[in-house]
Amino acid sequence: MFGLAAKDFRLLLLVAALVAFAPFILNPFPEGSGMAQFNAGYPDLMQRFVIFGIFAIGFNILFGLTGYLSFGHAAFLGVGSYAAIWMMKLLTMNVIPAIILSVIVAGVFSLIVGWISLRRSGIYFSILTLAFAQMMYSLAYSVLTPITGGETGLQPKTSDPRILDSLVTDGTTPKANLFGLEMGASYDLSVSGWVFTFNAGYYIAAVVMLISFYVAIRIFRSPFGMMLRAVKSNQNRLNYTGLNAKPYTLAAFVISGMYAGLAGGLMVAMDTQAGAERMFWTASGEVVLMTILGGAGTLIGPVLGAGLIKYMENILSKINSNILHEWFAFLPDGFEDLLVTLIYPFIGKGWHLTLGILFMLVVIFLPGGLVEGGQRIGRLFKRKKPDATPAADKTPAE
Amino acid sequence: MTKSNLTRRGLIKTSAVAGVGLATPTIFTASSVAAFTNEPTGSSVTLGFNVPQSGPYADEGADELRAYELAVEHLNGGGDGGLMNTFSSKALKGNGILGKEVKYVTGDTQTKSDAARASARSMIEKDGAVMITGGSSSGVAVAVQALCQEAGVIFMAGLTHSNDTTGKDKKANGFRHFFNSYMSGAALAPILANNYGTDRRAYHLTADYNWGYTTEEAVRTSTEALGWETVAAVKTPLTQTDFSSYIAPVLQSGADVLVLNHYGGNMVNSLTNAVQFGLRDKLVNNKNFEIIVPLYSRLMAKGAGANVKGIYGSTNWHWSLTDEGSKAFVKSFGTKYGFPPSQAAHTTYVQAMLYADAVERAGSFNPCAVAEALEGFEFDGMGNGKTLYRAEDHQCFKDVLVVRGKENPTSEFDLLEIVEVTPTEQVTYDASIFGGELGACNPGA
Repeated sequence: MFGLAAKDFRLLLLVAALVAFAPFILNPFPEGSGMAQFNAGYPDLMQRFVIFGIFAIGFNILFGLTGYLSFGHAAFLGVGSYAAIWMMKLLTMNVIPAIILSVIVAGVFSLIVGWISLRRSGIYFSILTLAFAQMMYSLAYSVLTPITGGETGLQPKTSDPRILDSLVTDGTTPKANLFGLEMGASYDLSVSGWVFTFNAGYYIAAVVMLISFYVAIRIFRSPFGMMLRAVKSNQNRLNYTGLNAKPYTLAAFVISGMYAGLAGGLMVAMDTQAGAERMFWTASGEVVLMTILGGAGTLIGPVLGAGLIKYMENILSKINSNILHEWFAFLPDGFEDLLVTLIYPFIGKGWHLTLGILFMLVVIFLPGGLVEGGQRIGRLFKRKKPDATPAADKTPAE
Repeated sequence: MTKSNLTRRGLIKTSAVAGVGLATPTIFTASSVAAFTNEPTGSSVTLGFNVPQSGPYADEGADELRAYELAVEHLNGGGDGGLMNTFSSKALKGNGILGKEVKYVTGDTQTKSDAARASARSMIEKDGAVMITGGSSSGVAVAVQALCQEAGVIFMAGLTHSNDTTGKDKKANGFRHFFNSYMSGAALAPILANNYGTDRRAYHLTADYNWGYTTEEAVRTSTEALGWETVAAVKTPLTQTDFSSYIAPVLQSGADVLVLNHYGGNMVNSLTNAVQFGLRDKLVNNKNFEIIVPLYSRLMAKGAGANVKGIYGSTNWHWSLTDEGSKAFVKSFGTKYGFPPSQAAHTTYVQAMLYADAVERAGSFNPCAVAEALEGFEFDGMGNGKTLYRAEDHQCFKDVLVVRGKENPTSEFDLLEIVEVTPTEQVTYDASIFGGELGACNPGA
């Protein structure tokens, strides 16, 4: 269906099911219980999961297929955000024009950056993209303050023109919406202790993410995707056969830049704020981490990696020493303090440390990322029960 | 590789599925019975403390968190009650807020607007926080304030000094106790004129971001009004750590005063560089070369060490103040943590208390009722003398301290001495000069 092979279609269905039921899957613990700390099913984080999923899917089209490691992808995310917020300030708070413009603007920027950077490959390409991204960050942070709002960033204001919207007269802040449906609108479903939140913005972002995922599968399976893989495996050989690789790599670069712009536009649509620091080089590094952590070159890997990093950033970083003390309160005092002292460096502000350790473990023991882990588990079950259904759903087509 | 073969049936099927997919979100619409966002219904109320725990302002953030924990302890009736004993309003009884026990959640802003908003949103959406407070940067404060306005909770700003927070970016749900760039300039200028004369030539080094701009402008305007001349104003990147290349041209410019519009690590480095270059021993235009730091904090003075001796600046509050409120706060903070609080700790503690008090007086956690209780509220006994929360821009007006690096510090905390307490009237300005509009308060839901 949709022009996909059966295996790919099953993967798409699996991802669709995962995002559709995310409010249930991410809230496994009842409200008020000690484990509720680990619930991730609140709108902001769910939106971040799918948005960074899109960002990582796009990055993977470039890095996973062509092997070109761009170290400045966050710049396109930032450019997309600025385009979207200006659309909201000037035209309408409806998210559709904002998202469309963010994709176009990011595409134009990535065309320019890609055209120049792709003259080199390997580490030189990475450094060039990094330089461009840092340049754009610095411009946005200071020189272009009138356009970007500098450090403060941009938010919609009551006094913005918004020529398509009706005038706000009662002094309320305008909210991002889709033909009147506010992105923040949620429906809470309470089932004996559990609370599941269904958020409009999340589902809109999820639909966009599914479309992006579908397009990515089509690209992976297309002749174009095959060319990109050829670039990765041996570009010299490609050149000797008389093929010019540049148009292919440039196209891949622009496509992945547009994905980044789409993610940036969605970020603004879900949380109406654009700031320069989402273009900083650490943000570019984060998407590289997401892709490698999940499994570069696989279809679902980047999405898993993005989810894991965002989960740790938002959940782990909020555990403070008081919460630890509550958890271990049943232990004798001295033992409790010892445990808390041992664990404390790895939570709260130390979440980076945990992420670093996890990243090292994955790179050393699972070079193929989380996807390889899934495959290994899948194979384990296969060997034990040869007649059981193969875990093909979990394994990517790579 | 698969070939796409577009058939009529296939197209209909595809569009039907896409249609269902697009229609899905419209099924869910906002429906809530609560009168306002996160109305506390149980026996406790949750406040969100959003402070930088990593990044350049982590020191300030750690001190803010200590102050919040102290405030919660006092609100719940623990400790010695701290400023509740000296506060002019007696609405707080030490039994929580409106009889509900105060609980709190913490988050890390990383001094990044995005991270701060993500953290604040998780506090509002996941933990049910009814008020967000904290922050140690104006960019973050403005971003989180806008978020709170949208979500319908109260935002009590922490350490933010830019005019914008209660100027062009002010919001009806946001409140600031800390002073701002304009007040720094207005308080400093007369002292500078008295000590250094009215015919000085100033050279500005300014951190290249919003706060730097507003501070430079404030100091420029107020010193130029007294007859000073501004020779040059050079922007320095925020990430700069070595300022030697910026200091060298200062001597050639014919300037005899250097104004460092820097904060935190920037100020520590630029001041150290300037002193190492021997700027302060120079004689220019037959006058001693002087350095000025518009915004001072004890943590910065500590970082710059002996270099701060004799250098003027302004600050919101200092622990060596001898009024009843300051003494009470220093005592309870010192008893709990073993050292005196910084101005960041003071302003955040006071903000938490002011919020709790406003809820008690309003009799409700509804952001609109709280905002009404805070607007135009006059109070005393919080360490800054008589203070007014102005209704027009939600900015506190109080005395501003002009301080100087101490020549002979007696301890590692005793680094600044108070030169003058500039009275409120001198730093008050018209609410409309920075533009922006408050809008209407938003209770959410």
